[in-house]
Formats: sequence, C-alpha cells, structure tokens
Amino acid sequence: MTVTAGWYLALAALLFVIGAAGMLLRRNPLVMFMSVELMLNAANLSFVAAGRQLGVLDGQAAVFFVMVVAAAEVVVGLAIIVAVFRRRATASVDELSGLKG
Amino acid sequence: MVELVLFVIFALAAVFGAVTTVWARNPVYSALGLMLTLFSVAVFYVSNGAHFVAAVQVLVYAGAVMTLFLFVIMLVGVDRAEDRKENLPVQRPLALGLLALFGAAVLVAGRFTWVTGEPFPGDEGTVEALGSELFRRWVLPFELTALLLIIAAAGTIALGLFHHAGEEPPDEEEAA
Repeated sequence: MTVTAGWYLALAALLFVIGAAGMLLRRNPLVMFMSVELMLNAANLSFVAAGRQLGVLDGQAAVFFVMVVAAAEVVVGLAIIVAVFRRRATASVDELSGLKG
Repeated sequence: MVELVLFVIFALAAVFGAVTTVWARNPVYSALGLMLTLFSVAVFYVSNGAHFVAAVQVLVYAGAVMTLFLFVIMLVGVDRAEDRKENLPVQRPLALGLLALFGAAVLVAGRFTWVTGEPFPGDEGTVEALGSELFRRWVLPFELTALLLIIAAAGTIALGLFHHAGEEPPDEEEAA
C-alpha cells in the first residue's frame, strides 16, 4: 500500500479541524495562537503534498511564504499579548471585552 | 513501505500533539504538543521530497517560534489556571456545529479527485531548485516578505515601548 497525496491531504484536514477547534473553544490567547499555527501547518502540509503530486515546486515556494508570514504574525501577536498582560494582568480573552465600547 | 510506516507513526504523533495542544490545561504542555506536531510535519516534508522546507520547519518553527512561545508563556505565567466556564452561551454549541459542518465538507470533498497529474519524478526539492524558483519567479514576493519582516520587527519594538510612553510609570512589582 503506497502513501498517496490524498492521505497527506486527509491528515492535513484533520490537523486543520483540530486547530480550528482550539481556536473556537479555548480562551487562553497563547493557546489560541498555537491553534493558528496548527492550522497554518496543516495548510503547509497540503501545499507540499499537492505540489509533489503535481510535480511542481510552487507548493514549496508557497510554504516558504506562509512560514515567513506566520513568523511575522507570531512576533507581533505575542508582543500584543505581552503588552496586554502588562496592563491588565489577565490571560483570558473573555476579560478583554473593553474594546467593544 | 518505508513511507507507509513513517506515515502511520508520525501521523499518530502529529494528531496526538495537535490534540494535546488544544486540550492541555497547562500552556507549556500545549507548546510541547505543538512542537511534536511540527516535528512530525517536518518528517512529512522530507518524505514528500521537500528537504529544504523540512529544514526551515525545524529551524524556524520548532526552534525559533516555539522558543518565543515558551518565553512568553513563562513571562505571562503558567500558574493561573484557565477558567473553562463559557461566558458566551451560544459559542460552544455553535463552534461544535461549525466543526461538524467542516468535517462533513472535508468528507464530501474527499469523494472528488483532489489532485491530478503525474507523481513527483525525483529529488527536485533541493535548496538549489527551490532557490532558483524563489529568486526567479517569486523574487518580488520574496522582497516583499523582507519588508513585512522589517515592519513586524519595528511594530514589535513599538509595542514594547508603549508601556513606558504611557501615563503610568512602571511600578516596583513589575520590576520584581
């Protein structure tokens, strides 16, 4: 039995669903961020698997750019979490409802 | 055969790590679970011929990004347990419904042909091939990512400085 690209795509879909569940159900901003990373990695995995199946390198190039954007996003997001935590001393997004006016 | 064994082992590891990330009460366990998933995905990159992407995955994701996560977890404090009480009454059933919908959509999509074409011929996932691809076809997006990274770094420094520019000077309990 050979491992086809469909297996990787199914695994990527499963990882994406788990990440989406974490994003929707958790209230810790750090864990929510990690769930976003999980979803990005699932998308990357499907890029690579599909690119291999199609015989093109575009998938890997896309993964490269996704990684750069994810790194930038993590840096800014964690800085925001730290800044909020310094001011409010809370680690739950439910207590940060002050922005709704 | 080797790929099948690798796939089974590391798919289980990846799913276990992902579930740990979402389920663990302690954010440190979440970070470690995510690290396990990232390493497993790196293994999948290797078995798909994407050697350079796998190296970058280990170096950037499992190395730098997860170190940053662990730093922030330690800074914010791991001892405060997360309150699992849901404040928005419809959020949890709505989220589960959406997830079920998404899973159903994935299952339906799996019935179609996902990708077509000949399988990947050989080892074209080398640094050389990917580099020439990046610097020829994708050179403008590549430069834009450099700009994006500079903006992100500058924004992070600005966020770090906001505190001292605010009205309240930092008091002693924060210095401790």
